Amino acid sequence: MDHISPVLWQFLQKWLTHFALFPPEASTVAPQSDALFFFMVLVSLIGLTIVVLLIVGFSILYSKKRHPQAVQIEGSTLLEATWTIIPLGLFLVMFVWGALLYFRIYTPPANAMNIYVVGKQWMWKAEHPGGQHEINALHVPMGRPVQVTLISQDVFHSFSIPAFRVKREAIPGRYTTVWFEATAVGTYHLFCTQYCGTDHSQMIGDVIVMTPEDYKKWLESSTSGNSLAQDGERLFASLSCSACHNTRPDARGPSLANVYNARLTLSSGQTVTVDDAYLRDAILDPSQHTTQGYAPIMPTYRGQISEEGVIALVEYIKNLDSDYRVQQTLNTTDLLPETEGGSPRRPAGAKAPAAEKEVKP
Amino acid sequence: MSDSTTVANGAAAEAHHEHPPYQRHHFETVDQQFDATNFAMWIFLLTEIMFFGGLFTAYLIMRNWYYPAFVAASHQLQIGWGTANTVVLIASSFTMAMGVWSAETRRRKSLVLYLSLTLLFGLTFLGIKGIEWHEKWEKHHIPGEHYSVQSFVDPASDVEVHKQYPDDKPLQADMAQKTEEYFFLYFAMTGMHALHMVIGIGILIFMIFRARAGAYTTGHVTFVENFGLYWHFVDIIWIYLFALLYLISRH
Amino acid sequence: MSAGTIVSLPDQSTARIPKMNFLTRENGLLSWLLTGDHKRIATLYLISITFFFFIGGALAGLIRLELLTPQTSLMAADTYNKVFTMHGIIMIFFFLVPSVPATLGNFLIPMMIGAKDLALPKVNLLSWYLYIIGGAMGVYVMATGGVDTGWTFTTPLSTHYVNTHVISTALAAFIAGFSSVFTGLNFIVTIHKMRCPGMTWFRLPLFVWANYAASILMVLGTPVLAITLVLIILERTVGIGVFDPAKGGDPLLFQHLFWFYSHPAVYIMILPGMGVISEVVSTFSRKRVFGYTAVAFSSVAIAVFGFFVWAHHMFIMGISNYAALIFSLLTMLVAVPSAIKIFNWTFTLYKGSITFETPMLYAFGFMGLFTIGGLTGVFLGTTGTDIHLTETYFIVAHFHFVMVGGMLMAFLSGMHFWWPKWTGRMYPEKISQFAAVVTFIGFNFTFFPQFILGMLGMPRRYAAYPPEFQALNVFSTAGASILGVGYLLPILYLTWSLKYGAVAGNNPWQATGLEWQTQSPPLTENFLEIPVMDHEAYDYEWLEKQQEKEVASVG
Repeated sequence: MDHISPVLWQFLQKWLTHFALFPPEASTVAPQSDALFFFMVLVSLIGLTIVVLLIVGFSILYSKKRHPQAVQIEGSTLLEATWTIIPLGLFLVMFVWGALLYFRIYTPPANAMNIYVVGKQWMWKAEHPGGQHEINALHVPMGRPVQVTLISQDVFHSFSIPAFRVKREAIPGRYTTVWFEATAVGTYHLFCTQYCGTDHSQMIGDVIVMTPEDYKKWLESSTSGNSLAQDGERLFASLSCSACHNTRPDARGPSLANVYNARLTLSSGQTVTVDDAYLRDAILDPSQHTTQGYAPIMPTYRGQISEEGVIALVEYIKNLDSDYRVQQTLNTTDLLPETEGGSPRRPAGAKAPAAEKEVKP
Repeated sequence: MSDSTTVANGAAAEAHHEHPPYQRHHFETVDQQFDATNFAMWIFLLTEIMFFGGLFTAYLIMRNWYYPAFVAASHQLQIGWGTANTVVLIASSFTMAMGVWSAETRRRKSLVLYLSLTLLFGLTFLGIKGIEWHEKWEKHHIPGEHYSVQSFVDPASDVEVHKQYPDDKPLQADMAQKTEEYFFLYFAMTGMHALHMVIGIGILIFMIFRARAGAYTTGHVTFVENFGLYWHFVDIIWIYLFALLYLISRH
Repeated sequence: MSAGTIVSLPDQSTARIPKMNFLTRENGLLSWLLTGDHKRIATLYLISITFFFFIGGALAGLIRLELLTPQTSLMAADTYNKVFTMHGIIMIFFFLVPSVPATLGNFLIPMMIGAKDLALPKVNLLSWYLYIIGGAMGVYVMATGGVDTGWTFTTPLSTHYVNTHVISTALAAFIAGFSSVFTGLNFIVTIHKMRCPGMTWFRLPLFVWANYAASILMVLGTPVLAITLVLIILERTVGIGVFDPAKGGDPLLFQHLFWFYSHPAVYIMILPGMGVISEVVSTFSRKRVFGYTAVAFSSVAIAVFGFFVWAHHMFIMGISNYAALIFSLLTMLVAVPSAIKIFNWTFTLYKGSITFETPMLYAFGFMGLFTIGGLTGVFLGTTGTDIHLTETYFIVAHFHFVMVGGMLMAFLSGMHFWWPKWTGRMYPEKISQFAAVVTFIGFNFTFFPQFILGMLGMPRRYAAYPPEFQALNVFSTAGASILGVGYLLPILYLTWSLKYGAVAGNNPWQATGLEWQTQSPPLTENFLEIPVMDHEAYDYEWLEKQQEKEVASVG
């Protein structure tokens, strides 16, 4: 927006928003999306004006009364070339600009904090890593990149925050992600934009952007006591995953410590990066995700575990260090990295677990 | 049969009132009629390719995703019956082509004979298909409530197949469940093909009656020729099915 | 001929509708229900699609009424879901897809190429029966509880999560699809094999080129929809899971298969309308269409490119970013031929001799509204902005601009243009011009606010919405009531004209084209003798010489 006077732009935007003609710009990407949008509006207006002026002009100049005898003209290669190349050129500009914007919206920065959202008929369930659960609401801090990992429990839903100009389908069976960085405190609409049945219109929520201090306070007050990783740890035990996945030398399954974001070679010879999607697939379709050197004996947990359960396990594995034990005393608010250096696996504020070595049976 | 020139001409217009009884009135010549209906059949077959194409696409994609399951499941198909069916259909295409020749050379009895043989072969094909499908039913390989993955989780329990493919390893439960997808596509594809065979057989029966009455041996061969195209097409679809379902996973 | 119009009617005191024509040739219900005459079949189609248009339109009225208030006040959410689903299914499969091809195409193509009928008259009749059966099933579905999957049948919602008449609806669309395939097949064969002597490809009217391109799409694309519907039906009945992720299937596979047809479908819907505009703009400018070859090839280009852009409906669905890129690029390419056409039609006006009868008014409406609709398509084909705009009212506005502001206006343009040829009677000019203007105004009031609603983020298929969206929705509904009047008027005055309209004569528009060389209404066999085409398309000089000859011989 540096090409237009900032004062003029702010005025125009405020005016349009006030009259409910334009959504608020509340994320870093919103002005970029709007810039491209207004470019396209401008090009369209110019194009439409040209066409309308030509039609109206020719209609007046060459109406039957004024121009009773038509002149037969076969065509003009020059004109054909002009109105082929210029529109094509403009469309290609839009294509490139749009492609850059698209990649930006769907490529989360490395330091984005992650929130899981499960869509189901007819509500959005948000799961914060600290164990905060929300329904049809999403509290996020301002000024911090937030990645939303989406999945649907049943049919297609679509997670849409118009004020942030982001939208992503929540699909049953796989994770999709979208990220944003909110820039203005306030409450914004969250819509489901993929028809999903009876109460599709009721699948509306609120995205509440807070200052980092307020967000911290909210995290503290809304926690259920256990972080997602701790829930995952409990599931890991109750589903007997630790029977094979442990640190013993004769373990039947590979150790999962530090496996997140690592490169893994499968028994098929393929090499993969262990991300959220891989972990989910490995839990639900283990026969296609066997690590090299291990027997394909892992049973599938499909049907035995809900999407929230899978999310909890994924979150647990993400945070797994070599001692196989998530800090019991871990303060959930510490999961909000105070500095930019926090990694998704290890919160910046967490203590290194070296001092407390508890051996799990 | 060029497209950029037109078929009717002034001379034909004069001969307009002397046309064979089977020439429809909107055509200028018999040639134009044959040309047009033949072209129409080719385009119809093109639509059939697009129709089957969707199923083939789904099959190839899933085979790529669930390779072990699809290999194991395809081992359940008996290559003997598949080959027999292929031979039967190719033979039926041969007899059909002979039928078209008979119509063109105005050999009525010969036409009836070849059409009847084609019919016989077609029914044989359906019979063999029925045997195969029945076998699937007995082994609980029909997708749905009674589907069983026993043969895949424990190949040794399936004695005949295990003898042919002794190196087949047991599949894990989740991969074994994918064999149901294979059989769904198997039944969808062979079922759709069988439906086209049944329609063809119905038309063949109609044609045999008409051929006996001499309808196709007085010069009006269009119907027989166009049906021949359809029959050959159904044969070709089977050959693709045979290759993709039966042969593809043999070692 | 008065100064402001090109209409040239015979002397009304002595003019009569020709006693022997395709309407009077035979009488009785069976002569209509078992006809092979392409013009009678076209008439049957015209009555049928009008019937379905008004059902679809009534459903649209219900939608707009519900959306007057932010809450679900008029009907339960489930009912609303059924209403918009049935609106979409009826309007797309039972109105737009057959509209111009099955009515105007069927009626005109044989005459335009100098043939006595289509190549396969029985297949043509079969096509109508399949349409009627499919349509009857659709009406049955509506009467017995409806279906609420959206016209897009998105899985797994349609396969596992609703218990409405999905299978019957899928079957209805399946059957209607074959109607479309057979129409397209007939057109392709006819255009290739039955052109009269001298009628080379580049002497064909552009209407024929447009329908030819649409027929390629019908023939190649519709079978893919057919098999997709079969898979939906099988999945619902047998419950396999080819689209169910829990069983190893993939709901995205459905999306690819569905949109592989449904994107070319939109070009099936618009191309014949573009063909109409070529004919109308030429006639009312008294000029050969500017850049004939460019317009002809652009129709084929749209058809070819149209097959390669389907995943632009899936940009947010988790397809790979690189796939999105390719489909976006191809979408930009498919937009260009449409732009070429608009400019060529505009420049047909240059140095023409223009009059503003009703068909031309509708054509102007088309050109303006299709430009807006087409340009907003580029907004959506651009991946970055599609993220914000997709699945909102922006999409609804976009496709209504191209389909209603574009296609429906083209259909009305064509109906008015060829009405005298079809019925032998002229429609009343003043009220029809009024209706055209009312339609244009009503349309803009209805659908332009929806662009803004979409930009604001209002999702589509919502029965209830946040209160700040109400003002624009009320505006839109108000426009819809005006639009309804605009569509009702033609029914009334066209029916009136059947009895009281002026006798039109062979060529009231002084138009080129072989169809205007026949009587109005035409004979069953169109031509007593197959004509020989010895001049180019849109040859107004040839037409003048023709008229001089007539005057000389009569005088």
